Amino acid sequence: MNRMAKFLIPLALFLVAVGFLAKGLFLDPHEVPSPLVGKPAPIFQAPILGEAGKTFNSADLKGQVWLLNVWASWCGACRDEHPVLMEMAKTKQIFTYGLDYKDTDQAAQAVLLAHGNPYQATVTDADGKIGIDFGVYGVPETYVIDKAGVIRFKQTGPITDEILFTKIVPLLKELQR
Amino acid sequence: MKKLLILLLLISSTAFAGAAQPLAEDVALEARLKALSQELRCLVCQNSTLADSNAPLAEDLRKEIRVQLRAGKSDKEVVDYLVARYGDFVRYRPPVNNSTALLWFGPFLLLIIGSFVLYRVLKKHAGNDEIKGEDG
Repeated sequence: MNRMAKFLIPLALFLVAVGFLAKGLFLDPHEVPSPLVGKPAPIFQAPILGEAGKTFNSADLKGQVWLLNVWASWCGACRDEHPVLMEMAKTKQIFTYGLDYKDTDQAAQAVLLAHGNPYQATVTDADGKIGIDFGVYGVPETYVIDKAGVIRFKQTGPITDEILFTKIVPLLKELQR
Repeated sequence: MKKLLILLLLISSTAFAGAAQPLAEDVALEARLKALSQELRCLVCQNSTLADSNAPLAEDLRKEIRVQLRAGKSDKEVVDYLVARYGDFVRYRPPVNNSTALLWFGPFLLLIIGSFVLYRVLKKHAGNDEIKGEDG
Protein backbone atom coordinates (compact mmCIF):
# COMPACT_ATOMS: atom_id res chain seq x y z
CA MET A 1 0.00 0.00 0.00
CA ASN A 2 2.75 2.38 1.03
CA ARG A 3 4.67 1.44 -2.04
CA MET A 4 1.65 2.10 -4.25
CA ALA A 5 1.25 5.54 -2.64
CA LYS A 6 4.88 6.29 -3.40
CA PHE A 7 4.12 5.80 -7.09
CA LEU A 8 0.65 7.21 -7.18
CA ILE A 9 1.21 10.51 -5.40
CA PRO A 10 3.91 11.79 -7.79
CA LEU A 11 1.94 10.40 -10.71
CA ALA A 12 -1.16 12.28 -9.57
CA LEU A 13 0.83 15.50 -9.08
CA PHE A 14 2.36 15.03 -12.52
CA LEU A 15 -1.05 14.56 -14.11
CA VAL A 16 -2.37 17.71 -12.41
CA ALA A 17 0.63 19.66 -13.75
CA VAL A 18 0.05 18.22 -17.23
CA GLY A 19 -3.60 19.24 -16.97
CA PHE A 20 -2.68 22.85 -16.19
CA LEU A 21 -0.08 23.00 -18.96
CA ALA A 22 -2.49 21.47 -21.48
CA LYS A 23 -5.11 24.07 -20.56
CA GLY A 24 -2.45 26.75 -20.93
CA LEU A 25 -1.74 25.58 -24.46
CA PHE A 26 -5.29 26.34 -25.52
CA LEU A 27 -5.53 29.76 -23.91
CA ASP A 28 -4.85 32.81 -26.05
CA PRO A 29 -2.52 35.09 -24.10
CA HIS A 30 -3.61 37.96 -26.31
CA GLU A 31 -7.12 37.70 -25.01
CA VAL A 32 -7.21 39.95 -22.01
CA PRO A 33 -10.54 40.03 -20.18
CA SER A 34 -11.99 43.51 -20.43
CA PRO A 35 -12.85 45.18 -17.13
CA LEU A 36 -15.58 47.05 -19.03
CA VAL A 37 -17.82 44.01 -19.51
CA GLY A 38 -20.77 44.51 -17.15
CA LYS A 39 -20.11 48.24 -16.91
CA PRO A 40 -21.80 51.13 -18.73
CA ALA A 41 -20.25 51.78 -22.12
CA PRO A 42 -18.40 55.10 -22.37
CA ILE A 43 -20.64 57.76 -23.90
CA PHE A 44 -19.03 59.38 -26.93
CA GLN A 45 -19.81 61.87 -29.64
CA ALA A 46 -17.95 61.92 -32.91
CA PRO A 47 -18.39 62.74 -36.59
CA ILE A 48 -20.16 60.23 -38.82
CA LEU A 49 -18.12 58.92 -41.74
CA GLY A 50 -19.27 60.24 -45.09
CA GLU A 51 -21.89 62.54 -43.64
CA ALA A 52 -20.17 65.86 -43.26
CA GLY A 53 -21.33 67.91 -40.31
CA LYS A 54 -23.32 65.09 -38.72
CA THR A 55 -22.43 63.91 -35.24
CA PHE A 56 -23.12 60.55 -33.67
CA ASN A 57 -24.01 60.47 -29.99
CA SER A 58 -23.91 57.02 -28.40
CA ALA A 59 -26.39 58.19 -25.74
CA ASP A 60 -29.08 58.31 -28.50
CA LEU A 61 -28.96 54.50 -28.71
CA LYS A 62 -30.30 53.99 -25.17
CA GLY A 63 -33.16 51.52 -25.28
CA GLN A 64 -31.61 49.64 -28.21
CA VAL A 65 -29.38 46.61 -28.30
CA TRP A 66 -26.46 47.38 -30.57
CA LEU A 67 -22.97 46.30 -31.52
CA LEU A 68 -19.96 48.55 -31.72
CA ASN A 69 -17.42 47.15 -34.17
CA VAL A 70 -13.97 48.74 -34.03
CA TRP A 71 -12.25 48.50 -37.39
CA ALA A 72 -9.84 50.30 -39.71
CA SER A 73 -8.86 50.24 -43.35
CA TRP A 74 -5.28 49.29 -42.39
CA CYS A 75 -6.45 46.27 -40.39
CA GLY A 76 -6.06 42.98 -42.24
CA ALA A 77 -8.08 40.86 -39.83
CA CYS A 78 -10.99 43.28 -40.28
CA ARG A 79 -11.27 42.15 -43.92
CA ASP A 80 -11.56 38.55 -42.71
CA GLU A 81 -14.40 39.58 -40.47
CA HIS A 82 -16.17 41.73 -43.05
CA PRO A 83 -18.25 38.95 -44.68
CA VAL A 84 -19.56 37.92 -41.25
CA LEU A 85 -20.59 41.51 -40.55
CA MET A 86 -22.33 41.66 -43.94
CA GLU A 87 -24.17 38.46 -43.07
CA MET A 88 -25.28 40.01 -39.78
CA ALA A 89 -26.46 43.17 -41.53
CA LYS A 90 -28.56 41.12 -43.95
CA THR A 91 -30.69 39.79 -41.07
CA LYS A 92 -31.85 43.38 -40.43
CA GLN A 93 -32.11 42.39 -36.77
CA ILE A 94 -28.59 43.07 -35.64
CA PHE A 95 -27.63 46.73 -35.50
CA THR A 96 -23.92 47.26 -35.89
CA TYR A 97 -22.23 50.63 -35.66
CA GLY A 98 -18.67 50.96 -36.82
CA LEU A 99 -15.88 52.82 -35.08
CA ASP A 100 -13.24 53.70 -37.63
CA TYR A 101 -10.14 53.61 -35.44
CA LYS A 102 -7.06 55.71 -36.25
CA ASP A 103 -7.86 55.90 -39.92
CA THR A 104 -8.41 58.39 -42.70
CA ASP A 105 -11.93 58.96 -44.01
CA GLN A 106 -10.95 58.35 -47.63
CA ALA A 107 -9.32 54.99 -46.94
CA ALA A 108 -12.25 53.87 -44.80
CA GLN A 109 -14.81 54.90 -47.39
CA ALA A 110 -12.87 53.07 -50.09
CA VAL A 111 -13.07 49.85 -48.05
CA LEU A 112 -16.82 50.20 -47.54
CA LEU A 113 -17.28 50.90 -51.24
CA ALA A 114 -15.26 47.85 -52.26
CA HIS A 115 -16.56 45.33 -49.72
CA GLY A 116 -20.00 46.63 -48.79
CA ASN A 117 -21.19 48.61 -45.80
CA PRO A 118 -22.53 46.49 -42.92
CA TYR A 119 -22.91 49.45 -40.56
CA GLN A 120 -25.91 51.56 -39.57
CA ALA A 121 -23.34 54.31 -39.36
CA THR A 122 -19.60 54.53 -38.96
CA VAL A 123 -18.17 56.89 -36.39
CA THR A 124 -14.69 58.25 -36.92
CA ASP A 125 -12.02 58.10 -34.22
CA ALA A 126 -9.02 59.50 -36.04
CA ASP A 127 -6.86 60.08 -32.95
CA GLY A 128 -7.92 56.88 -31.17
CA LYS A 129 -9.33 58.64 -28.10
CA ILE A 130 -12.65 56.77 -28.14
CA GLY A 131 -10.66 53.58 -28.62
CA ILE A 132 -8.72 54.28 -25.41
CA ASP A 133 -11.97 54.81 -23.50
CA PHE A 134 -13.18 51.41 -24.68
CA GLY A 135 -9.84 49.78 -23.84
CA VAL A 136 -9.22 48.87 -27.49
CA TYR A 137 -5.81 47.28 -27.96
CA GLY A 138 -6.18 45.27 -31.13
CA VAL A 139 -8.60 45.80 -33.99
CA PRO A 140 -11.04 44.35 -34.81
CA GLU A 141 -12.92 44.41 -31.54
CA THR A 142 -16.66 44.17 -31.05
CA TYR A 143 -18.77 45.20 -28.09
CA VAL A 144 -22.36 44.12 -27.46
CA ILE A 145 -24.23 46.91 -25.67
CA ASP A 146 -27.64 46.35 -24.09
CA LYS A 147 -30.71 48.58 -23.81
CA ALA A 148 -29.42 50.18 -20.62
CA GLY A 149 -26.12 51.04 -22.32
CA VAL A 150 -24.14 48.36 -20.48
CA ILE A 151 -21.41 46.38 -22.27
CA ARG A 152 -22.44 42.73 -22.10
CA PHE A 153 -19.82 41.06 -24.25
CA LYS A 154 -16.52 41.87 -25.87
CA GLN A 155 -14.96 40.04 -28.76
CA THR A 156 -11.28 40.76 -29.34
CA GLY A 157 -10.24 39.74 -32.82
CA PRO A 158 -12.45 38.91 -35.79
CA ILE A 159 -15.96 37.56 -35.29
CA THR A 160 -16.10 34.11 -36.80
CA ASP A 161 -19.27 32.26 -37.75
CA GLU A 162 -18.75 30.10 -34.68
CA ILE A 163 -18.54 33.06 -32.30
CA LEU A 164 -21.54 34.66 -34.03
CA PHE A 165 -23.79 31.63 -33.63
CA THR A 166 -22.60 30.31 -30.27
CA LYS A 167 -22.10 33.59 -28.42
CA ILE A 168 -23.45 36.72 -30.06
CA VAL A 169 -26.78 35.53 -31.47
CA PRO A 170 -27.92 33.78 -28.24
CA LEU A 171 -26.89 36.84 -26.21
CA LEU A 172 -28.76 39.21 -28.54
CA LYS A 173 -31.87 37.05 -28.32
CA GLU A 174 -31.70 37.23 -24.56
CA LEU A 175 -31.08 40.98 -24.51
CA GLN A 176 -33.76 41.85 -27.03
CA ARG A 177 -36.46 40.17 -25.01
CA MET B 1 12.22 92.92 -48.67
CA LYS B 2 14.26 93.86 -45.63
CA LYS B 3 11.09 94.35 -43.63
CA LEU B 4 9.88 90.93 -44.68
CA LEU B 5 13.17 89.40 -43.63
CA ILE B 6 13.02 91.03 -40.23
CA LEU B 7 9.44 89.91 -39.87
CA LEU B 8 10.40 86.36 -40.76
CA LEU B 9 13.25 86.46 -38.28
CA LEU B 10 10.92 87.71 -35.60
CA ILE B 11 8.41 85.00 -36.32
CA SER B 12 11.04 82.30 -36.30
CA SER B 13 12.57 83.56 -33.07
CA THR B 14 9.21 83.53 -31.33
CA ALA B 15 8.57 80.08 -32.72
CA PHE B 16 11.85 78.87 -31.26
CA ALA B 17 11.07 80.56 -27.98
CA GLY B 18 7.86 78.56 -27.90
CA ALA B 19 9.64 75.30 -28.57
CA ALA B 20 12.53 75.86 -26.19
CA GLN B 21 10.43 77.03 -23.29
CA PRO B 22 9.64 73.69 -21.61
CA LEU B 23 12.48 73.28 -19.14
CA ALA B 24 12.63 72.26 -15.52
CA GLU B 25 8.95 71.39 -15.16
CA ASP B 26 8.97 69.20 -18.23
CA VAL B 27 12.12 67.36 -17.21
CA ALA B 28 10.43 66.37 -13.98
CA LEU B 29 7.25 65.47 -15.87
CA GLU B 30 9.11 63.36 -18.41
CA ALA B 31 10.90 61.55 -15.58
CA ARG B 32 7.55 60.76 -13.97
CA LEU B 33 6.14 59.65 -17.31
CA LYS B 34 9.12 57.36 -17.81
CA ALA B 35 8.92 55.87 -14.32
CA LEU B 36 5.19 55.34 -14.69
CA SER B 37 5.33 53.85 -18.16
CA GLN B 38 7.93 51.34 -16.98
CA GLU B 39 5.32 50.01 -14.56
CA LEU B 40 2.71 49.61 -17.28
CA ARG B 41 2.33 46.94 -19.89
CA CYS B 42 1.87 47.57 -23.57
CA LEU B 43 -1.15 45.46 -24.48
CA VAL B 44 -0.16 45.11 -28.10
CA CYS B 45 3.25 43.56 -27.46
CA GLN B 46 2.61 42.12 -24.07
CA ASN B 47 6.14 41.49 -22.95
CA SER B 48 7.28 45.06 -23.16
CA THR B 49 6.43 48.06 -21.06
CA LEU B 50 4.72 51.17 -22.29
CA ALA B 51 8.09 52.87 -22.03
CA ASP B 52 9.83 50.38 -24.35
CA SER B 53 7.11 49.79 -26.88
CA ASN B 54 6.92 51.40 -30.28
CA ALA B 55 3.37 50.24 -30.94
CA PRO B 56 1.05 53.07 -31.98
CA LEU B 57 -1.21 52.33 -29.01
CA ALA B 58 1.71 52.67 -26.59
CA GLU B 59 2.55 56.01 -28.19
CA ASP B 60 -1.05 57.17 -27.78
CA LEU B 61 -1.13 56.04 -24.17
CA ARG B 62 2.14 57.78 -23.36
CA LYS B 63 0.69 60.92 -24.91
CA GLU B 64 -2.48 60.55 -22.85
CA ILE B 65 -0.50 59.96 -19.64
CA ARG B 66 1.58 63.06 -20.36
CA VAL B 67 -1.59 65.14 -20.77
CA GLN B 68 -3.00 63.80 -17.53
CA LEU B 69 0.22 64.38 -15.58
CA ARG B 70 0.39 67.89 -16.92
CA ALA B 71 -3.18 68.42 -15.74
CA GLY B 72 -2.00 67.61 -12.22
CA LYS B 73 -3.21 64.01 -11.91
CA SER B 74 -1.36 61.79 -9.44
CA ASP B 75 0.44 58.61 -10.52
CA LYS B 76 -2.25 56.55 -8.84
CA GLU B 77 -5.02 58.37 -10.70
CA VAL B 78 -3.29 57.68 -14.01
CA VAL B 79 -2.82 53.98 -13.20
CA ASP B 80 -6.47 53.74 -12.11
CA TYR B 81 -7.52 55.38 -15.38
CA LEU B 82 -5.68 52.70 -17.36
CA VAL B 83 -6.79 49.80 -15.15
CA ALA B 84 -10.43 50.89 -15.59
CA ARG B 85 -10.01 50.51 -19.36
CA TYR B 86 -7.53 47.68 -19.82
CA GLY B 87 -7.78 45.73 -16.55
CA ASP B 88 -5.18 44.74 -13.98
CA PHE B 89 -3.17 43.13 -16.75
CA VAL B 90 -1.91 46.58 -17.73
CA ARG B 91 0.10 46.70 -14.51
CA TYR B 92 3.42 44.91 -14.36
CA ARG B 93 3.00 44.37 -10.62
CA PRO B 94 -0.28 42.59 -10.15
CA PRO B 95 -2.30 43.88 -7.18
CA VAL B 96 -3.18 41.53 -4.34
CA ASN B 97 -6.84 40.53 -4.68
CA ASN B 98 -8.97 37.39 -4.86
CA SER B 99 -7.97 36.42 -8.37
CA THR B 100 -4.25 36.93 -7.74
CA ALA B 101 -4.09 35.43 -4.23
CA LEU B 102 -2.78 32.10 -5.51
CA LEU B 103 -0.14 33.93 -7.56
CA TRP B 104 1.10 35.85 -4.53
CA PHE B 105 0.80 33.21 -1.83
CA GLY B 106 1.13 30.01 -3.88
CA PRO B 107 4.94 29.95 -3.63
CA PHE B 108 4.78 30.21 0.17
CA LEU B 109 2.19 27.44 0.24
CA LEU B 110 4.53 25.25 -1.83
CA LEU B 111 7.40 26.15 0.50
CA ILE B 112 5.40 25.03 3.53
CA ILE B 113 4.36 21.76 1.85
CA GLY B 114 7.94 21.16 0.70
CA SER B 115 9.35 21.79 4.17
CA PHE B 116 6.85 19.39 5.66
CA VAL B 117 7.74 16.65 3.15
CA LEU B 118 11.46 17.26 3.69
CA TYR B 119 10.98 17.07 7.46
CA ARG B 120 9.13 13.76 7.15
CA VAL B 121 11.76 12.27 4.83
CA LEU B 122 14.68 13.40 6.98
CA LYS B 123 13.02 12.06 10.11
CA LYS B 124 12.49 8.70 8.44
CA HIS B 125 16.12 8.56 7.30
CA ALA B 126 17.34 9.50 10.75
CA GLY B 127 15.34 6.53 12.06
CA ASN B 128 16.94 4.22 9.46
CA ASP B 129 20.42 5.34 10.48
CA GLU B 130 19.70 4.50 14.06
CA ILE B 131 18.57 1.01 13.09
CA LYS B 132 21.69 0.60 10.98
CA GLY B 133 23.74 1.79 13.90
CA GLU B 134 22.20 -0.86 16.11
CA ASP B 135 22.93 -3.53 13.52
CA GLY B 136 26.55 -2.53 13.09
